[in-house]
Amino acid sequence: MSPLDNTYEKQFKVIGTRPPRPDGIEKVTGKAQYGADLYVPDMLYAKILRSPHPHAKIISIDTSEAEKLDGVKAVVTSKDFSKFSDNKPSDTLVNCIAHEKALYDGHCVAAVAALSNTIAKSALKLINVEYEILPHVTDVDEAMKTDSPIVNKGYVLENVPKGFSENVTSYYEFGHGDLDNGFNNADLIVERTFKTEAAHQGYIEPHACLASMTPDGKADLWCCTQGHYNVRALCADIMGMESSQLRVTPSEIGGGFGGKTTIFIEPIALALSLKSGKPVKLVMTRDEVFKATGPTVSSSMDVKIGMTKDGIITAGEANLRYQGGAFPNGTVEMGAQSAFAAYDLKAVRTKGWNVLTNRPKQAAYRAPGAPQAIYAVESVVDELCQKLNLDPLEIRIKNAAKKGTKSSYGPTFDDIGLIATLEAAKKHPHYLAPLAENQGRGLSCGFWFNFGGDTCVTLNVNFDGTIGVTEGNPDIGGSRASISQMAAEELGISYDKVRTIIADTNSLGHNEVTDGSRVTFAVGLATIKAARAAIKEMCKRASLIWGIDEDAVRWENGSAIPAGPNAGQFDPMSIEEIAALSSQTGGPIAGHHEVNAEGAGVSFGVHLADVEVDKETGSTKVIRYTVFQDAGKAIHPSYVEGQMQGGAVQGIGWALNEEYIYGKDGRLQNAGFLDYRIPVASDLPMIEPVILEIPNPGHPYGVRGVGETSIVPPLAAINNAVSRATNIRFSELPLSPPKVLSSLKKELKDG
Amino acid sequence: MVKVRIWGSLQKATDNKEFVEVEAQNFKQLLDNLSLKYPKLKPQIKRGVSVAIDGMIYRNSWFTPIKPENEVVLMPYMVGG
Repeated sequence: MSPLDNTYEKQFKVIGTRPPRPDGIEKVTGKAQYGADLYVPDMLYAKILRSPHPHAKIISIDTSEAEKLDGVKAVVTSKDFSKFSDNKPSDTLVNCIAHEKALYDGHCVAAVAALSNTIAKSALKLINVEYEILPHVTDVDEAMKTDSPIVNKGYVLENVPKGFSENVTSYYEFGHGDLDNGFNNADLIVERTFKTEAAHQGYIEPHACLASMTPDGKADLWCCTQGHYNVRALCADIMGMESSQLRVTPSEIGGGFGGKTTIFIEPIALALSLKSGKPVKLVMTRDEVFKATGPTVSSSMDVKIGMTKDGIITAGEANLRYQGGAFPNGTVEMGAQSAFAAYDLKAVRTKGWNVLTNRPKQAAYRAPGAPQAIYAVESVVDELCQKLNLDPLEIRIKNAAKKGTKSSYGPTFDDIGLIATLEAAKKHPHYLAPLAENQGRGLSCGFWFNFGGDTCVTLNVNFDGTIGVTEGNPDIGGSRASISQMAAEELGISYDKVRTIIADTNSLGHNEVTDGSRVTFAVGLATIKAARAAIKEMCKRASLIWGIDEDAVRWENGSAIPAGPNAGQFDPMSIEEIAALSSQTGGPIAGHHEVNAEGAGVSFGVHLADVEVDKETGSTKVIRYTVFQDAGKAIHPSYVEGQMQGGAVQGIGWALNEEYIYGKDGRLQNAGFLDYRIPVASDLPMIEPVILEIPNPGHPYGVRGVGETSIVPPLAAINNAVSRATNIRFSELPLSPPKVLSSLKKELKDG
Repeated sequence: MVKVRIWGSLQKATDNKEFVEVEAQNFKQLLDNLSLKYPKLKPQIKRGVSVAIDGMIYRNSWFTPIKPENEVVLMPYMVGG
């Protein structure tokens, strides 16, 4: 047995089954409490005034007329925050409310709390902001030039080479081997420049919160978030509070995908509540979500790959330029590490630059940084295969990273599931299914790191033998079900005897944000350990009742039993019987576990996409799509499939239609779901998920994170499918109908 | 001594060395001694790094043991969504 006492080879009873989702009835009947659903007596309504300029110095803000309006109870600007901190205001605060400059179209400059939304809206019109408009930049390549407008000074790290504007804040380089030699050994080299636009996470629920702060410095905050402990840490810092005095309770969450891992409105609501002395509710509109929360980065990338005639990749090189809005971000290094992770290469080099522009601060979006880089690499690999008349799946198997491969980002891989995933794709009927005219098939590998992090779980054995699990990570992908399943499995009881809830920040120690595909892995690990602690205590109670040594009792199928014939003859004591006597035998029984979980293990996926391109309109229809992914162990297969399908859908949207469109005036042109087109059910075929289970040795049941990898391959899979369907190599996303049609017409004209 | 691989752009802080050696028996000692021996690494270590030990990536568990025979690779701090 490993130190984790791994049991992933045993026959599971609850793990791997598909019980009904615990939040299902509440959600379908409208009873679930989302961020905007909370009401408290005497509550005020807040609205935010946002900059119409992408870059402007704030000369003055006159709020006097707004404050006089009947029903207005408080108005705040950046000046209301300066007293809370002696230090330079954090980037997070300045992103929540502009200080000296408005840095992007939609940047908050002031906010009002009033008796109604209508009054608050009217008051916004009475706030007079005097701006000095500054030159702006929204394109990553333009922003890097030395003569570009400088977005935000003082952020350049020591690692940035000379020759760029001050908008380039950080630089990373990874790789190994002799590139020149590698390219010299190639029979064919393809080099292309790619661009991707920013895509929003597109969660259905806009950001919403309700803050109630009292003059003695205590506060309660309810909000929709992927991590309420992080909300508490950020808000307590901004408001100058001690953590213990700010209790944050997460609502049910209507999607996050990484976009709700930080804060945008919560400090505004807290400040308005402090100033007015009333609870304040603040709900974003969809327009505000697009303009002022984090989409992903946009990118400009050069990729060069060499290949021999028989399909060996001899060298790979990528230069990645990511813009992440008006504040520094840490995304390009993740892309640069991921770009070639699927390949076993003797020579590889990736370089990445993070760049500031006058756009909203990027936020994480499933596997942040990886989809863009892997899109570019996988598109070039496909082009090489096409030009050399090689099977793209065979070539990926031939070059695939495996145990012992020195990865492109440094470490040597241990057991990984890429080849098994590729082999599964090869055997699947989809791969050899016939294609009709104007149809094409695309393939792409995907990769993501995954991680664990700080996690606390308490597992209470109720007097009737049922179980309450308390954890601290908002459930964005079915974690309450999978956590209950792991508790039930470990305790040897049925799933319906367990209920898992998400606690507020005062109920458990710190829990990291729900991100990094970490929850089923890390919270699951802590739950298993908490259950084992409760089992130990229950065995002790049985030993006291039986009058035998504690070590002479073991746990089996939900009951304490004598460990062997020498322990004595006693009938098994069920969890219900032990729980019923727990008061008399020492008090309530619980197990808990606190850990900084490490050992999450990396994850690979392979996607197959068939598309049909309408050559008259340039429109692309996805006609078949299959996802292959290594889940380590699928605790609740339906949720795992949902993650695989959901990531694929978001990636397809990114590839085909979704994009932030900025005008020459630096303003966002399509801040709404009418003009920012995400795929809906009628746009897509059923996406077939194929789960592979290659156990992760870092988890007792073999779990790997599954939430992020699935968004990585679709960009290239779709690009390769469209490129093959049209026989035109595309290198800019999205492949929207006007863009495809324009290329088709050009091809026709050029003959 | 532990042999540590430094990523490309960070090698400026290690006199352009891809591999450096420091005394360390765990994650914390590794970072402390890297900072002592190569002070130009300090800004990056302060911002955050991950450490891969025999292929497994650790983000900040100070007392994760490291042995001389382990493959040790410095990486940027992992983020996710």
